[in-house]
Amino acid sequence: MTETNPPAQAGDGTAPDSAELAGRERLSEQVVRTGMFGVTGTPDTSGYGGLKVRRPPPLSSPRPYGSYFDEIADALSSSLEQSGASFGDAIERVVADRGELTFHVRREHLPAVARRLRDDPALAFEVCTGVSGVHYPLDEGRELHGVYHMLSITHNRRLRLEVSVPDSDPHIPSLVDVYPANDWHERETWDFFGIVFDGHPALTRIEMPDDWKGHPQRKDYPLGGIPVEYRGATVPPPDERRGYQ
Amino acid sequence: MTAGGAAPGDTAEGRVYNIGGADWDEIVAAAGEPGDRSGEERIVVNMGPQHPSTHGVLRLILTLDGETVTELRPVIGYLHTGIEKNLEYRTWTQGVTFCTRADYLMPIFNETAYCLAVEKLLGITDRIPERASVLRVLMMELNRISSHLGGIGPLGLELGASTVFIYGMREREKVLDVFELITGLRMNHAFIRPGGVAQDLPSGAIEKLREFLAVMPGKLGEIRALFDAAPAFKARTKGISYLDLTGCMAFGVTGPMLRTTGLPWDLRKSQPYCGYETYEFDVPVRDTCDAYGRYLVRMDEMDESLRIIEQCVDRLAGGRPARDPVMIEDAKIGWPARLALGPDGLGPAPDHIAHIMSQSMEALIHHFKLVTEGFRVPAGQAYAAIESARGELGCHVVSDGGTRPFRVHLRDPSFHHLQALPAMSEGGLLADVIPAVASIDPVIGGVDR
Repeated sequence: MTETNPPAQAGDGTAPDSAELAGRERLSEQVVRTGMFGVTGTPDTSGYGGLKVRRPPPLSSPRPYGSYFDEIADALSSSLEQSGASFGDAIERVVADRGELTFHVRREHLPAVARRLRDDPALAFEVCTGVSGVHYPLDEGRELHGVYHMLSITHNRRLRLEVSVPDSDPHIPSLVDVYPANDWHERETWDFFGIVFDGHPALTRIEMPDDWKGHPQRKDYPLGGIPVEYRGATVPPPDERRGYQ
Repeated sequence: MTAGGAAPGDTAEGRVYNIGGADWDEIVAAAGEPGDRSGEERIVVNMGPQHPSTHGVLRLILTLDGETVTELRPVIGYLHTGIEKNLEYRTWTQGVTFCTRADYLMPIFNETAYCLAVEKLLGITDRIPERASVLRVLMMELNRISSHLGGIGPLGLELGASTVFIYGMREREKVLDVFELITGLRMNHAFIRPGGVAQDLPSGAIEKLREFLAVMPGKLGEIRALFDAAPAFKARTKGISYLDLTGCMAFGVTGPMLRTTGLPWDLRKSQPYCGYETYEFDVPVRDTCDAYGRYLVRMDEMDESLRIIEQCVDRLAGGRPARDPVMIEDAKIGWPARLALGPDGLGPAPDHIAHIMSQSMEALIHHFKLVTEGFRVPAGQAYAAIESARGELGCHVVSDGGTRPFRVHLRDPSFHHLQALPAMSEGGLLADVIPAVASIDPVIGGVDR
């Protein structure tokens, strides 16, 4: 591509081939879906059978993040330094997207970060509105994400913490001793995703029955089809049905 | 056989006595030792799982010493319906139909939280038509009244004041009548949709709302006349289920419970959405931290909701019905928002049908694609929080760029607040657990989802 006037891309360098680079970056990502209808095996006559949908590249925002986000990052950085850790060690990635700030926290630093967020008056995130999980089966080595939404009533700010762990070692330190109300949320996330919160006082199932097998919100959890009393036919489970994806 | 304790490790708590007979003296002597708890009148009571009035199926395991609650454990999960999982196999628009059923006493709030999150992901928050936002606010405030009435009525019933229950349910029915007129359903409306609302007000709705505004203050006054100064009610709720600001902060409690500690935290004021900053209303606050204060805050909030509803009605009446859009003007996202009652039920308006069936092939294709495929939402995640009737209702939505949500999590205030129940009840009397539960106003449909 030859461009005399490169398109102004927010936060991007002024490299003349930034669009090409972005395209190349996009093509290097993993294919997450082919076709449009979620069927394999039967012929796809839609014309979309060859469609390849790639995973969007992981976001990472450069400074300045905008809004009050830089203040939070600066305050957390200086607060962590006082306790002997550094911002870069604890936070692997910062994403400012759609008016929301996300810190991707390395799991071993999560309790320290949460404690600073709660106790430092410059941060004062008094409320953690709980943790929930997200399962990205294609994100190798970081399949399970724990997502925390924090609220500062003092400063009227919000922040998201995200911790990713591999499926083979699904352990995240518990935050119950920092935010007691995370108790049930961590139990729920264990119940639904199988993330083990180390240090939780009683990590038991909360929504599913105690003897339930598996963690139902995971993407690999088998879904049930519906047997139909017609010549042995069955309605396939929702993830195997023909339908737009 | 010898009496006395079991070996350490045999039991998790307390001492175990092996009774072999003819050794009662030793047992009695051992039970009298300091630190031994078997002398206490300790009873473990299993309350539920049952459906105490409208809260849903909740189970409480209580440890009692006489009539004093020494330990309380809420057990939930009896109403888990997998709403969040189901959402992942429906289009973004169909998702509304599922999340509205989570906390069934505040369906409009569930829908709005979900739609605001989806709109944030789509980046269309600023393009929602004015009339749609006013309709959302109108419906939310009506829902706040019906939800509070559905909390205060059962509070009365649980304390033995069945008249208040009947009054609460009767007035709630007035709100549901308005809902039925506007959305077609009393509950589970699926009225708020990504991009706007499902349809504009039907004819006669403004008059119905004005009539509602005229009678409601008097009806709320009847409940206040029965409850505000009733000695029996005050004796059961004043100073009961105490949770101060420190406790609320530790448990992350929001909503009317937090406002009873004197902190005027209301997302409608602090982080406005749907244009709340343009309405005139106050945030009712009490500083008693008890069940009585929570009742008063809820009563005051209903008065404020009526104020907001009045402003909404004025704006809607001043608009141009059927001309001002109630759905985003983006053919790729906006589901037809003009519905009309035809001979075979409610469906798209006849002029829309005429347009797609006989005027424009492209419009037909668009309609077909939108209805069968839905729309794609750019990959990413968003969290939208609103001030629901019970506190901060958050919706965390993750998209992988497809036509269906990748993950939806409803951060339900009831789920969060029920954790504070032991702190509010332990050390108190068994009878005080009942107003404590009612003053949290949990709805298990939202707790379990």
